[in-house]
This record gives sequence, C-alpha cells and structure tokens, in this order.
Amino acid sequence: MMNKIMKKIMYALLLLMVSQLAHAKLEIEIIQGNAAALPIAVIPMQWNSSDPRPETGVAEVVSSDLYRSGLFDPLDEEDMVDRPIDAESIRFGTWRLLKADYLVIGHVNDAPNGNGYDIVYQLFDVHTQERLLSQITTVGYGDLRFGAHRVADAIYHKLTGVPGAFSTRIAYISATGIGNDQDYKLFVADADGFNPQAVVGSPEPLLSPSWSPDGTRLAYVSFEKGNSAIYVQNVSTGQRELISSGKGINGAPSFSPDGRFMAMTLSYTGNPEIYVRDLTTGQKRQLTQHWSIDTEPVWSPDSESIYFTSDRGGRPQIYKVAAAGGKPTRITRDGDYNARASISPDGERIAVAHGRGNEYRIAVVDMNTGRMRILTPGVLDESPSFAPNGSMILYATREDARGVLSAVSADGNVRQRLILTEGDVREPARSPVIR
Amino acid sequence: MNTTWRLLLALVIAVAISACKTTEPETEAVTEPETAPVVEEVTTAAAPDPRDYSDARNFDNAESLLSKRVIYFDFDKSEVKAEYRGIVAAHAAYISAHGSARVTLEGHADERGTREYNLGLGERRGNAISGLLSAAGARGGQLDTVSYGEERPVCRVSDENCWWQNRRVEIVYTAR
Repeated sequence: MMNKIMKKIMYALLLLMVSQLAHAKLEIEIIQGNAAALPIAVIPMQWNSSDPRPETGVAEVVSSDLYRSGLFDPLDEEDMVDRPIDAESIRFGTWRLLKADYLVIGHVNDAPNGNGYDIVYQLFDVHTQERLLSQITTVGYGDLRFGAHRVADAIYHKLTGVPGAFSTRIAYISATGIGNDQDYKLFVADADGFNPQAVVGSPEPLLSPSWSPDGTRLAYVSFEKGNSAIYVQNVSTGQRELISSGKGINGAPSFSPDGRFMAMTLSYTGNPEIYVRDLTTGQKRQLTQHWSIDTEPVWSPDSESIYFTSDRGGRPQIYKVAAAGGKPTRITRDGDYNARASISPDGERIAVAHGRGNEYRIAVVDMNTGRMRILTPGVLDESPSFAPNGSMILYATREDARGVLSAVSADGNVRQRLILTEGDVREPARSPVIR
Repeated sequence: MNTTWRLLLALVIAVAISACKTTEPETEAVTEPETAPVVEEVTTAAAPDPRDYSDARNFDNAESLLSKRVIYFDFDKSEVKAEYRGIVAAHAAYISAHGSARVTLEGHADERGTREYNLGLGERRGNAISGLLSAAGARGGQLDTVSYGEERPVCRVSDENCWWQNRRVEIVYTAR
C-alpha cells in the first residue's frame, strides 16, 4: 500500500522533472546556433581592380549570409593561416586540420565590358579535394554586395540542394515620431538589411506591404486620403496605381503567384470580406461571406487556394478556401489566436502569429500532420514572412518598446536581429525573386 | 553621550515640525483664494444645463456627458459596456437634434494581434457605436466610420495600463 503511493509520488516527481528539462532544453535550443552546421572557409578574395577596394569584402558578405542561414559555420578570418587564391596553391591538409569541410576561393576583376566587376570563384570539398563549383558572377559597379549574395546563393544551393535566397530583398514599414506627428516610410532593403531605400513616405499610416511575384512591384495600404486605400507601386520607377479606396477597410493586398489577381480585404458592405480582383480587367468577386472579420488573405503556391484569418469560430484562426470559391475549412487549432499566415514555398507549412494570453510568437504549422511548433520567444512577435526558399522566416518583434526585425531559421535553431534604420520597424515582407 | 543624543532628537523634531509648518500654509494659500471665485463665475455666467444634450456649449462643459467623446473596449471585443451607454445616448441626442451635425467614429485597437485583423476590430467597434447612435435617432448620412486599427495609439507602453487607453472609439465631430 505504502509502496504503491510512494511509487506514484516518485512517478509524478519524475514527470515534473522531465517536463522541466524539456522546457529548459527548448530554451537552449532557441538561443544556440545549429550544432550540425557545415564548417566552411570563405577565403578573402584577391582584389584585382584598379578601383578602391570596398569596405566590406565579398568573402565577408558571403560568410555572413551562410552563417545567418543557420546551416553553415564559417571559419573566422583570423583563423585562416593560409590564403590560397588559385586551385594549385590550396593545401587541403591545412583545411582538414582547421576542420573546414568546404573551401571557397576567388578573386574580383574588372568586367571585360568595363561596366562593373567579375567575381571569379571556386568551391571545393576539402575531404575529396573535388571542385564542386567554378563560376563567374558579373555585377554592376554599385552592386558588389548583391554579387556577393548571388555567390552565397550558388554555394548554398550546391551544398544544401535548395536554392539560396540571399540576393532577394525585403520590404518593411518604419515609423518615427510620436502621437499625431509621425512619419511613415515603406522601405526596400537587401535581404541582410543593407542598402535601405524609401519607396514611399507619408504622415499617415502605411501598412501591409506585399510583393508582386516578379519582385518589381509592391502593393501596400496607405491612409494618406484619411481612410485606408490599396496602392500598387513599381519599386524602381516609383510609378503607382490606386487599386481600391472604397468605403470602410481597403486592406491586406496579396498578389496571386502568377501576378494576374490580387486578393484583398474590403468592408464596403459593412463587414470585412475577402475579394479577388482581376488586375487586368479590374473586376472583382467576393470570396467570403460571413459576419466575422475575414482578412489577411494569402495564396497557396499552386494558386488553388487562399488562406485567411477569420474569427468566425469566436477567436481569430487560419482558414482555407478554394480560390474559385467554396466553403472555408479551418486550418489552425492550437491556441486562441492564430493570424496572418505566411505559406512556405513548397506549400507544406504555414507560419502564423500565435497568441496565448498577452504573448505573441511565431509558430509554424505542418500541413500534413497539423502539428504546431513555436519558433520564437515573444513577447509581441508578428508578421511572419517565409524566405522564398523556405529556410528562414522573417518577422517583427519588439525590443525596449521599439519595433525591430528578426529572422528565425525554419527549424527554430537560429535566430538573429536585422540591422536597420532607426525608428519603429515592422511588417517585413521577403521579395520572391532576384531583382 | 546621552545629552548629544537628546540634542540630536530635539533637532530632528524641530526640523520635522518646521517642515510641516512651511508646507501647510503653502497648499492652503494656493487652493483657497483662486479656485472658489472662478467656479462661481462660470456657473453664473454660462450655466448650460449639463443634461441638455442639444446645447453645443456642453461639448466643453466637463460636467456634461457631451464633453466625453472616447469610448473604451475590452480586448478583442466590440460590445459597448454599460458604463459608456450614457455618453453614447448624449451624443445621439445632440446628433438627432442637429441635422447639420456630422460625426466620424474612429475605431482603434491595442497593439496585440495582427495589424489587418486589428483594422477589422477597430471598424467593428466604430460600427457598434454607429449602430447605437442610429438606433437612438441619428441618421445614416450623419455618421461615418474609419478604422485605424492599432496604427494610432495614444500610449506606447506594452502593458494593460496602456493598452486599455488604445482600445477605443473616438467620436469626432466634423460639423456641429
């Protein structure tokens, strides 16, 4: 009898300890980098141009990109005892000793057409001594960082089998000032946060930037007329078009994968519903009809369905409806607040802003199993945006009462903050493709 | 030793008493002569009945419900709480008495949750007030609803003491 009770108590204690351990382990997992990251040495590239050498070298940009993906562990420059510049001068034994599995060497020349630079580089497997890549990337004079991102893309693709997404761009909203004296800007920057450029500015709120699938245009919501309105703007020319400015809400624009349609939220009927507009003819059709708030539509990569946020079940959850119309089905089930879905490029996972009490975190739901995994520590994390290769999720968070952008690897192992302009930064959106 | 302690104690008491003495008359001097006559002047000169909700002077009369033009809501809710029904009724009385009055109901949400959902929530709150005003006699053409979602907070600290102030509908008169 006594023994039985003791056993039960012991068992309960054990369970308690295990659950605490699991919790602690999860936290460590989030803070740490990836233990299985591939060690790689990217040797500083020889500068062969008569132009002044750039402040940040190509190799440094490539190393940073690979490191941020969480899948690579680049060797520190100061640990590089040797700096080979061609295949003949590589002593593979040295790199084996330094525990580098892969090696990148190269040099930067003036492009033969006289219009920029050639980044000439090679990737080697240190153990087999095999040359895996030998390429030339040509870029214009101001685009050396972009060229470096493309080199990182190629290396990432070769070694992981997944195309890189370092040369894509991000759009985001920044707000400076307080109260009614605010300045909102829509920025476009490189994927690593460098080279930010304001696309549009306004004293009234700007929100919900969304890329066209070819990466040339941005749709967004502006309050410059006193109420929400949807615009589409060409990122390079600045030319823009008013898409919708009806009564009530004109919000949450989202381009279809083929760029022909735009899903959006309109409330001119008195209640927010999802509509799909044909961007060539201007005709629109209503996709949802319910007294609830239906908003934040996003397309599945195959264009077949649209995911959206709705509180038709009492609290906001993600639902899915056929793009052609039909009865919506509920997708998320864990927790009482799941909103603003971002769909992975393979369509297999959705990232959401997941709320529990006063804490909002980024979570990913596996569409096959329905299982949810929380990736970020909170407390007010929102606006998840999958990188076009599915490797990272960009999101907005708060640090010391200021909005900042962070990225987390899709497995939750690596997390980092992006260096951006001052002010409140929010609503990051990853561009689909290379400019 | 004993005497120095006593001296110190006496000193402390003396300082404490003098501190009390100096602060007391100061506050009395500020409150008494200034406020009393001012209040009298206002009540005799203007004297709008604070419960006459058709009187535009009550917009600036702190005693009248017409001077209150912000309605607060619970998190993720748009039900108008009982404590605010009187304010809404007062404005409904004014708007229905003045055909030229135009009102914009600006709906807002706190920072929790997503921006586009909060646009919907702000609109729902604005519509809740608009519905009550209409039911009490305001005509549809007099009312307009704009939702700013969480984009225009009046307070920017991430706690409930700040959030409740942001979950609101502002009754803005564009014409009286």
